[in-house]
Amino acid sequence: MSRHIVMLAAGAAVAFGLAACGEQPQVIQYKQGQYQGKKDQQPFAGAPWNGNKTEWDAAIRTRNQNQNEYKRTN
Amino acid sequence: MARMKFLCDTERCIECNGCVTACKQEHEIPWGVNRRRVVTINDGVPGERSISVACMHCSDAPCMAVCPVDCFYRTEEGVVLHDKDLCIGCGYCFYACPFGAPQFPQAGAFGVRGKMDKCTFCAGGPEPDNSEAEFKKYGRNRLAEGKLPVCAEMCATKALLGGDGDVLSDIYRERVTHRAARGTPGTPPMGWETAYGRPDAAKPPAVPTGGTKS
Repeated sequence: MSRHIVMLAAGAAVAFGLAACGEQPQVIQYKQGQYQGKKDQQPFAGAPWNGNKTEWDAAIRTRNQNQNEYKRTN
Repeated sequence: MARMKFLCDTERCIECNGCVTACKQEHEIPWGVNRRRVVTINDGVPGERSISVACMHCSDAPCMAVCPVDCFYRTEEGVVLHDKDLCIGCGYCFYACPFGAPQFPQAGAFGVRGKMDKCTFCAGGPEPDNSEAEFKKYGRNRLAEGKLPVCAEMCATKALLGGDGDVLSDIYRERVTHRAARGTPGTPPMGWETAYGRPDAAKPPAVPTGGTKS
């Protein structure tokens, strides 16, 4: 009987002693978040481009070059 | 693929604030919010320089990194935009941004923060393009009209350039080459030294000093 008590006490002591071994790490792992908002449409999706990316690109390229006065004056 | 950027030439900016005014007018921005502003370094001192600053649409945007509700996104053109329906107006993005781009309307009582507002590169936001909802929340979507930001396109001196970063670099490089060809006080025109030698090498030939007559 006393042997059982000793074994139980020893088992309880081991369980108590190892209790902290299961502790989870408490340092937060930051992760890059994902955009949670509404989906935006492409700038060339609507009128007047109607999905024609090539035309839209050409328009933007022309507007870009309009900022180069050396090309505008020569 | 275009990677939209702004570039401001401090040699040309005359601090007219035309870009600021045009931006406010184009997007009907409320009082107290400045999506773009002109910053002058050494104001009043000879050699002062002005630069027009707004959201620089960073490739690795700090505002995106710190936003607790992840309301920022980057379009395929490299424009950093955000969803105002998600924004909680916490102001973290303002602290993170090195350019002070995020703005907060102070419409409520006790200066309460509203939802963040910033330069959209005239690309609107996550609402149907050119819709009334988009205009009210984010302003006009000029990119969807095949146009570039109004601040850059109307800049009188073309100090502020906006558009595809590679094209802007080409424009700026060509400009600097022309500028160097003209020369500036203290700097001879480009090619001068190539043609006439270095300034210290252009000394007149040494005149023989009068020696003893034989």
